[in-house]
Amino acid sequence: MSIRHSTGRTVVATFALALALAGCSSATESSDSTDSSGSSAPGKDTAAVGFIMVGPKDDYGYNQAVYEGSEVIKKEFPDLDVLTAENVPEDDTAATTMEQMIDKGAKLIFATSYGHLDAALKVAEEHPDVVVVQQGNTITTDIPKNAGTYFGTVYEPMYLAGIAAGASTKSDKLGYVYAFPIPQTIANINAFERGAQSVNPKAETITVSTSSWCDPGKQQAAAESLLSQGVDVLTQHQDCTATVIQAAEKAGAMTVGYHADASSLAPKGWLTGAVWDWGPLYTDIVKTVVAGDFIGSKFNDNYRVGYKTGTNPFVLAKYGPDVTADTQAKIDEAQTFLGTDKGSPFVGPVKDQSGAVKIPDGTVPSYADNDAMDFFVEGVVGKLAQ
Amino acid sequence: MSLAVDVVAGGVAGGTSIMYAALGETVSERSGVINLGVEGSMLVGALTAYAVGVETGNPWAGALAGAIAGGVLAFVHAFLVVYRGASQMASGLSLLFLALGLTSLFGATYVGQAVVGFGTWDVPLLSDIPVLGTVLFQHDPLLYVSFALVPAVWFVLFKTRAGLLVRTAGERADSLVVHGYDVRRTRTAAVTVGGMLAGLGGAHLSTAYANAWFENMVSGRGFIAVALVIFAVWSPWRVMGGAYLFGCAIALGPALQARGYGINQFLLDAVPFVLTLVVLTVLGRRTLSSSPAELKRVFENAPSTG
Repeated sequence: MSIRHSTGRTVVATFALALALAGCSSATESSDSTDSSGSSAPGKDTAAVGFIMVGPKDDYGYNQAVYEGSEVIKKEFPDLDVLTAENVPEDDTAATTMEQMIDKGAKLIFATSYGHLDAALKVAEEHPDVVVVQQGNTITTDIPKNAGTYFGTVYEPMYLAGIAAGASTKSDKLGYVYAFPIPQTIANINAFERGAQSVNPKAETITVSTSSWCDPGKQQAAAESLLSQGVDVLTQHQDCTATVIQAAEKAGAMTVGYHADASSLAPKGWLTGAVWDWGPLYTDIVKTVVAGDFIGSKFNDNYRVGYKTGTNPFVLAKYGPDVTADTQAKIDEAQTFLGTDKGSPFVGPVKDQSGAVKIPDGTVPSYADNDAMDFFVEGVVGKLAQ
Repeated sequence: MSLAVDVVAGGVAGGTSIMYAALGETVSERSGVINLGVEGSMLVGALTAYAVGVETGNPWAGALAGAIAGGVLAFVHAFLVVYRGASQMASGLSLLFLALGLTSLFGATYVGQAVVGFGTWDVPLLSDIPVLGTVLFQHDPLLYVSFALVPAVWFVLFKTRAGLLVRTAGERADSLVVHGYDVRRTRTAAVTVGGMLAGLGGAHLSTAYANAWFENMVSGRGFIAVALVIFAVWSPWRVMGGAYLFGCAIALGPALQARGYGINQFLLDAVPFVLTLVVLTVLGRRTLSSSPAELKRVFENAPSTG
């Protein structure tokens, strides 16, 4: 099944890329081939910037957020050609797509899906004059001079949303539909549960995995199974979010969104959500690269930005009718706390499901620590596949 | 709710799209044509139903349009295979990929748009029956249509002249020719009707079950339907049972997880496919002997037309 899936996406991706490139090839070809600025500053004075996305650019989710970020780059840097490719699968096709963008003059590429990392590193190795930055994953080997990863800390707004959920639930049961137990998802689930616990010690978060970033059929089954267990707040970590949100609304349950403000789908049950705003971070990265300052910069690393370090690309969506002024005040207070040196959703003691202390009393874990999280905290129901 | 009721009720709801598609494939294969493009018919059906549902606000108009779209795709398959002698495997798969590309392209604008779906309609009185009411009668109207469709397909196939023609086209095409019938027309009609049913399955998925459109949202359910037809030995009644069994296998994972059972999720994901292998192993020879005879000619490319 997975092979068929990727092949289908390949066809679409190639088609979309062809369309994208056909639209802007004429402008770039004259300028990029002659003035090679040398290998010392990869990406310097690039004529184009490429973005590859794993899904369609209008999914009301992860990929749309990337696309909207790329639109900001278009506006901020009118001289740059912005190349985008949708539906690029997480295999060698990604490398091929990036190569095609390089042929079109791109010396800076944003590989925006978790699974694009291997292809990104391969392309970076073959093109020392091109900067490849990857969104969401972590380079575990030595970081090449022309590569890096970046991400926001989505678990910070999820912690805040957990406060809204914990304060609003009547059954003390929250439901979390997720795709795969990757560290980013685990941190989201744990932060959500800890946010809820901070205002409602009895709140538990029941997790169901769909083993897919977007399979609406499986999402529906997951949502139904959670709702029938008495869950009255549903949230999720999925690429497409409409099914779970509507399932909650239909059942009279509340919902915390992810990726995009979907309050229109759930006018009654919408609480809040973690939504994206990539523009400012993308702009910073492009500025750094174009100026020739990439090597040794904070982006030439596994860069994580959060409330502590700058503009987190994740922001809290607007509140729904059930979030009281009192709860909103608690959320504001918590957000201020997260921005301080001692702030984190995971200030020790943090216990895992067995009750063993994983983060000692008083310890404030770093962003890097949280990115490697591999256990569910106490209060989360569900088993992590090992 | 108890685990069993939860899983079976979820299995009926989740298995319905598969059942529509498998009923359609039964009709198609009974006439002697395998259509591997079922998944494609489901995709175009899902998108068309969704798009028409969004534009008109009427889910029934959407379902009808979805059926037509699924039928059109299957008609292309019938034309290629029956009239042009194309390989059934190649034609079906090509149409699937065509459908995948087209629906991704044209479906993009509908991603995230809200549709007026079918919604749940509890059948009066019947839905109050303990257990059975929950399992069968607290669903959406398009699902109730499928209850009627199973006996209808069975009746047409086995009790009417049209059904006799379809089955003869699948068992012994030569004899139809001898009696002056046009095998090609019979097959084209059967494959097209099969595609319409698959289109309805897609419509159920996007406008009644998941209430969302997303590219490739059928995610292999069409292929499960093709496997299911073999395992149901081309019988509409067994297709019904098999589809619900698959539905239950899919619903089992989330239901166990929501109860906090410490079972490996990746193992649970494999359940529907292990089930297929078990049934194929158990029924192996029986399926071969009860297969429509003309299906065995698939590897000679063109079905015989006498």
